[in-house]
Amino acid sequence: MGNTLKQMTIVSGKGGTGKTTALASFAALAENKVVADCDVDAANLYLVLHPDVIESGDFYGAKIAVRDDSLCQQCGECERRCRFGAITTQAVDELACEGCGVCVLACPHQALQLQTVSCGQWFLSDTVYGPMAHAKLLPGAESSGRLVTIVRQKAEDVALQRGLPLILIDGSPGIGCTTVSALADVDLALIVTEPTLAGIHDMERIAELIGHFGTPAAVLINKADINEENTQRIGNYCTHNGLDIIGELPYDETVTEALAAQVPLVEYQDGPVAQGLREAWTRLEQLLLK
Amino acid sequence: MSKSNDNNFTISVAAGKGGTGKTLVATSLALALDEQYPGRIQLIDCDVEEPNADILLHPQISSEEPVYILVPQVDLEECIYCGKCAEACQFSAIVVIRQAVITFPQLCAGCGACSYVCPTGAITEVQRQVGLLSKGSAEGTIEFIQGRLTVGDQRATPVTRAAKDCVDEKMIAILDAPPGTACPMQETIEDSDYCILVTEPTPFGLANLQDSVETCRRMDVPCGVIINRHGVGNSGVEQYCENENLPLLLRIPQQRRIAEAYSRGQTLAAADNQWMKPLQKVFDQITNLLTD
Repeated sequence: MGNTLKQMTIVSGKGGTGKTTALASFAALAENKVVADCDVDAANLYLVLHPDVIESGDFYGAKIAVRDDSLCQQCGECERRCRFGAITTQAVDELACEGCGVCVLACPHQALQLQTVSCGQWFLSDTVYGPMAHAKLLPGAESSGRLVTIVRQKAEDVALQRGLPLILIDGSPGIGCTTVSALADVDLALIVTEPTLAGIHDMERIAELIGHFGTPAAVLINKADINEENTQRIGNYCTHNGLDIIGELPYDETVTEALAAQVPLVEYQDGPVAQGLREAWTRLEQLLLK
Repeated sequence: MSKSNDNNFTISVAAGKGGTGKTLVATSLALALDEQYPGRIQLIDCDVEEPNADILLHPQISSEEPVYILVPQVDLEECIYCGKCAEACQFSAIVVIRQAVITFPQLCAGCGACSYVCPTGAITEVQRQVGLLSKGSAEGTIEFIQGRLTVGDQRATPVTRAAKDCVDEKMIAILDAPPGTACPMQETIEDSDYCILVTEPTPFGLANLQDSVETCRRMDVPCGVIINRHGVGNSGVEQYCENENLPLLLRIPQQRRIAEAYSRGQTLAAADNQWMKPLQKVFDQITNLLTD
């Protein structure tokens, strides 16, 4: 069973290109799958899939330095050693603190120690579309990459328990630690892009990152008719870089109605975007079975 | 004389949800304010994972400098394989296995704990490039600064910090923040006088706006809201702003024309000159809120 589990992550580089809208529809179309919302920093999939939580736990991520003022002799060694400007003899700047522990090592009076901080919660849920793993990062919390790894582990556990062969993962925008954690060891990466100059620029950066992993990647172009010339440029880039274009969706302002109704688009209407998503899913299934 | 210069604010433009129009607002605002206060505007792109402000502002870049962090280099002649470095490292960036030391520079935070604890002085620290800082000017008088994280590197913070260090207290600085509410966004908005939160009127936009507002409040940065793509979705965001007493600074309508202009790399102000005044008014509102 373990060998046949397939995982696909949706990314985009640039935010707001339609990752979550696409994933919600794929979740409605795909059979026998687990959904994992790994955009833990701005988790939105729950708004469309309406999960019922069956299991949850606290997530302790980052560490920060904590001082025992009764032991502190105000020598300032911590301040001199900290490379992040996070500590003075007066206070610890919790935001700037990287939790590296240099101050703890350097303190001659053992007045400092590292403490783990609660950063949020992970959830395992049931939805009408199957099980879903997701998380809630506390606003202002850190360490989202590690939370992504936990969400993926929960998704894998439930997939193995229930004999489900597929995990669909919603990734985050950007190319940083959360994105990297969502892409590690997946079978397919789907880049959702749009024919704007920013969309193209960001697609190229995320494609380069996926290239580092050697993961097969496909591209879905949203709002393809908003700038035909740019859509052509995306096509050329994909041809030169061995990326499969699995579909082009038109600009359609009514798509937002499904969002407002909090229903996957393919369940809400059957307009050109919904049809495009159905066709895209058929192509993705073929790619995943390869 | 001093009156005209008491509005040297640092204003971040952020959004919980990506793609709501942060960069469009930040660059359009910079252009509109440059008309009013020529030579006093900085636009600093702190979205170092996916910097896009240059696409809209078309700056002339005059200098580029690498952003480095310090990472360990182990001299195996001196190493006694005691493992103290690995024990001290909180990021699993250095590992000692019998007679081998392996470093993972991409995980390294550059804190120096390993070299600090090394009893034989076998660890020296060497520079490793994690990004690029570009400086230049746009429209002649806007000072343009951009941080760019190297693809494959995961730690955005040092690059964001390098970009933010360019804030000139004697100018009006507009910071384009990365999406979300995690460390890169917090690093950007910390020390800002004000944070503009750009959102869209959908349940997604609302959920992420709530997180952003909580983050700003936790960090004591006053914030207000710009609704982009106004006219789609529902009234949830407006109701929330009213309930929370959040200033609604501007509504930008959903228009295919704006989307098309953006796709070509045009700001609101460049696409339609009529946007200059409303954007200048946004700054006036912020000035009033901050000086009252």
